[in-house]
Amino acid sequence: MSVFARPITQTPVAWTLPDRGTVGMASLIVAESAIFTIFVVAYLFYAGKSLTGPTPGEVLETPIFYTICLLSSSLTIHFASRFLERGKRGAFLGLWVLTIVLGALFLFGTGQEWHRLIYERGLTISTNLFGTTYYSLVGLHAFHVTAGLLMLSIVLLFGLAGRVGREQSDRVNVLSLYWHFVDAVWVVVFTVVYVVAR
Amino acid sequence: MSSDVMATHTAQISTDRTWLQTLHEWATTVDHKRLGILYILLALLFLVIGGIEATIMRIQLMRPHNDFVSPQVFNRMFTMHGTTMIFFVIMPVMFGFANYLVPLMIGARDMSFPRLNAFSFWLTALGGILLYFSFVGGSGLYGAGNAPDVGWWAYAPLTSRAFSPGHSTDYWTIALLVSGFGSIGTGINLIATILSMRCPGMTLSRMPLLAWLNLVMAGLVLISITPLSAAQIMLLVDRYLGGHFFDSQAGGSAALWMHFFWIFGHPEVYILVIPAFAFASEIIPVFSRKPIFGYPVMVGATVAIAFVSLSVWAHHMFSIGMSSYSNSFFVLTTMVIAVPTGIKIFNWLGTMWGGKIQFKIPMLFCIGFLFQFLIAGLTGIMQGAAPFDWQLTGSYFVVAHFHYVIVGGILFALFAAFYYWFPKITGRMLNETLGKLHFWLFLIGFHMTFDTMHIPGVLGMPRRIYTYEPGRGWDIWNLIVTIGAFIQGVAILVFVANLIFSYLRGPKAGNDPWDAWTLEWSVSSPPPAYNFASIPTVASRRPLWDQKHPEDPDSRYE
Amino acid sequence: MAEKHKTEWPVLVGRATGVFVLLGGILLAASLCNATAPSENAVPSIFEPHSTPAELIRHLSYFVLVITGLIFLVVFILLTYVIVKFRNKTLADGREPAQVYGSTQIELAWTIIPILIVVVLFLATARVIHAIQDARKPATAVEVTAIGHQFWWEFRYPALGIVTANELHVPVSDPAHPTPTFLKLLSADTDHSFWVPQLAGKTDLIPNRVNETWVDPQQTGIYFGQCAQYCGTQHAKMLLRVSVDSPEEFAAWVQAQKQPAKQDEKEIAGRHVFETTACINCHAVGGTNATGRFGPDLTHLMSRSTIASGAAENTPENLRLWIQNPDAIKPGSLMPAMKLSDNDLDALARYLEALR
Repeated sequence: MSVFARPITQTPVAWTLPDRGTVGMASLIVAESAIFTIFVVAYLFYAGKSLTGPTPGEVLETPIFYTICLLSSSLTIHFASRFLERGKRGAFLGLWVLTIVLGALFLFGTGQEWHRLIYERGLTISTNLFGTTYYSLVGLHAFHVTAGLLMLSIVLLFGLAGRVGREQSDRVNVLSLYWHFVDAVWVVVFTVVYVVAR
Repeated sequence: MSSDVMATHTAQISTDRTWLQTLHEWATTVDHKRLGILYILLALLFLVIGGIEATIMRIQLMRPHNDFVSPQVFNRMFTMHGTTMIFFVIMPVMFGFANYLVPLMIGARDMSFPRLNAFSFWLTALGGILLYFSFVGGSGLYGAGNAPDVGWWAYAPLTSRAFSPGHSTDYWTIALLVSGFGSIGTGINLIATILSMRCPGMTLSRMPLLAWLNLVMAGLVLISITPLSAAQIMLLVDRYLGGHFFDSQAGGSAALWMHFFWIFGHPEVYILVIPAFAFASEIIPVFSRKPIFGYPVMVGATVAIAFVSLSVWAHHMFSIGMSSYSNSFFVLTTMVIAVPTGIKIFNWLGTMWGGKIQFKIPMLFCIGFLFQFLIAGLTGIMQGAAPFDWQLTGSYFVVAHFHYVIVGGILFALFAAFYYWFPKITGRMLNETLGKLHFWLFLIGFHMTFDTMHIPGVLGMPRRIYTYEPGRGWDIWNLIVTIGAFIQGVAILVFVANLIFSYLRGPKAGNDPWDAWTLEWSVSSPPPAYNFASIPTVASRRPLWDQKHPEDPDSRYE
Repeated sequence: MAEKHKTEWPVLVGRATGVFVLLGGILLAASLCNATAPSENAVPSIFEPHSTPAELIRHLSYFVLVITGLIFLVVFILLTYVIVKFRNKTLADGREPAQVYGSTQIELAWTIIPILIVVVLFLATARVIHAIQDARKPATAVEVTAIGHQFWWEFRYPALGIVTANELHVPVSDPAHPTPTFLKLLSADTDHSFWVPQLAGKTDLIPNRVNETWVDPQQTGIYFGQCAQYCGTQHAKMLLRVSVDSPEEFAAWVQAQKQPAKQDEKEIAGRHVFETTACINCHAVGGTNATGRFGPDLTHLMSRSTIASGAAENTPENLRLWIQNPDAIKPGSLMPAMKLSDNDLDALARYLEALR
């Protein structure tokens, strides 16, 4: 019995499904969370177990300023997205630039911190267990910040060329989801490294 | 008939292209159907390669103190065999079938992210090429060319620079890291497709079980492949940046690698088997002429399996000296996961009960699957009893157990899927005589090898040994195991011959050769590039049943 | 006519698989029934225990096998019944069977019964885990420290001051007055696993970790095992040989092992070769200045029946071959080919053969 090309039913149905971009990004975030979890577990497992070398208490300085920068960038990107949804391109671009600057400041701060740790305190990735787990965890996060900044910069370029408007606000929201995730990870990393396992 | 017109039209189009143009089309395709076929072809290629590796091992082991290959080569064989079969055969073939079938079954035109789909496939292919390039590219103290020889779990500290000089371990690590990202991409794609692209009327509770089970599998991929990727990054940090994650000299822990690996490794086997469950759940109902028994419970049991599978991992580590409390915990979770798994077997039985069973080739393989998966599950329970496992783990008993699951369970379900959906994919039926020959030969060879293999295990033969001592009572069993392997090899050749022969000359299939009920059977075989002329709307789990039986639609009973 | 033949197939399928299962069962049973006495029987079967941990495991395994066997029978019978009873007899009949979607009562039943089975299995298992892992070490226990190396076993008896390799001697244990042997398990390099099936389940040797196991063999004899965790190229030849001795034999063995090396004046040339080539980097001979720890202790080399961790019989020919070309016996082992002249080799071999 042939059923080729015969539609199943003709009755129209009100049919809404979740946006695929959001679902895709949420899935990516779940996967990335799993990776970060493993690095956090390794960090906690090895806390206090280094056989030699500097301990966290001896060398770490809490990066309050750069943390504020990064977490504020979540606010700025949030409002940038809201402005874009309302079609306010100017405000969107301004806040978007601010987001990038804040993120870049955070990266700069991380680099500064690492420079100090390596050259003044003698802590490298191969010094001891603390060094290995610290640079890996913070480095993995910094890598994700860098990737995020790259994507934000691409959107900025498109925006400056006048190609980002209300119609692109869905995609911009998806990207800002990623950025919020990066910030949330920093909350966890910060708590684990600078508060709990000090 | 319009499908014949379509087929001729397509044929006319293809003869206008050069083979180079065809190659270019396939290399740049983002069509889920073509990518699905590419995944399946990749898997078939690696299946043959992995089978050759297994054959080499079996020849070496057919008698004690054999010298068919050196210990170094043997150790590379079991490492490559395991890595290949899991990451470059079963995973790609399951992704291939999911890619092909899921959009068709949910009434969509493609996956959510076609370009990500292509990217994922090519990452997987690259991973496979990298892994095998190690044979020629690995260098180090042993001279030119060596493949990884650290076992497919790559336990630390055997993988450290000190114990694995040269680059063999790095090929293992990077090949799997790359293909792992491909797998994550496919996981994201499947979830986004299944949640966001279903046709009107197809609520989650009306989705075919294959879609549901691939959704669960994709979720597991996201959270279990990633721990392996994380551990592999740590291994690279150790090997190249002087890190100490697994460096016992610096206080690092070998057990930490084991935990990370098996947190991946156990859910991984459910990633492998859940799509096999999906095949059985689609095929058994059609050839029993009844709907699946207990659809909601089948979904619930699968979700339960996925969740519990995240809590059993250390049953692979019963012998490493965890405390009695830790061991007992993992015994409990391991036993618990047997419950939803067993329930599924009963539901399949319940589907067949009261039906009119057609013994077509897909059903023969499904029956084999049921029977063998039952046994595999029971030997799994035996090993779940930790003290019993202290004897069985690391021996040929566990090798027999997991091959029973993967070959006797998963591969049989996969063969069923091939015979069932080959007509849809190619428009031709697979040859029945060759199919029966394939089934019988493989059944005999499988049982000869893997039933017997349990015995040397309980007689004290460990795994991963390139030779063994005579007089321990292992000789005759190893010989029988090897003979069975050859029989299985012949059966696989019959299968490959069937695929090729039927693709070229098989009888035309038509849209719906099996009188089935899901949406893929409503389009031509093979489907047009756009899948559906107009997106269907469905009102039940079996839209074609409703069409064929308008006096008794499913929608009344769900 | 053709259809009638077709309907025979599924029955044959069921029967054939049933036959295979039966065959498999018979083979398995045959392998389990070993009538010879343990000391002559070199088959290290887990179903032939001679020590409490292995016996406890066997009891548990029989319990588990009975339960899983019953489950198997029930489901197998159901499956065969379904295949035979509901096979489609009349292909021409266009009517579909009754479309049944599920049954809450049945599904509840086949959920609850497995849960009960799981509870029973878990409790039985947990008991044995505690019995074995949390057993207290009595004062009469012999203490051994086993250190896993690539690809040999180091055995130390700290309380007795003995160091030996590859062949473990333990006293037989009388159940009335037990003298078990408790082993601490360490590793010098990669992961290994100590597995002598007739004495106990396997326990791994993991670097940076101290594991423990114990045995209390109740019958004298030789028991075989080998490393059960892949540790590198020669994992297959990291064999174990456990000699369960009577109390007198064990005491005599301990006495002999405690002595420093027998220095035979005739073998001064060989000793000179030993102490001036690289041998002393890896090997120790008690009472001399050879104190290497990387390779096996050779003080009482000739008290062992095998060399290279069981890879070869301890004969003069094998000893010479091992020194000159270890790859001929165990390719990939970490013993280097010493490349000695024939004279040196002879002298050295005679020296080693005097180390009783």
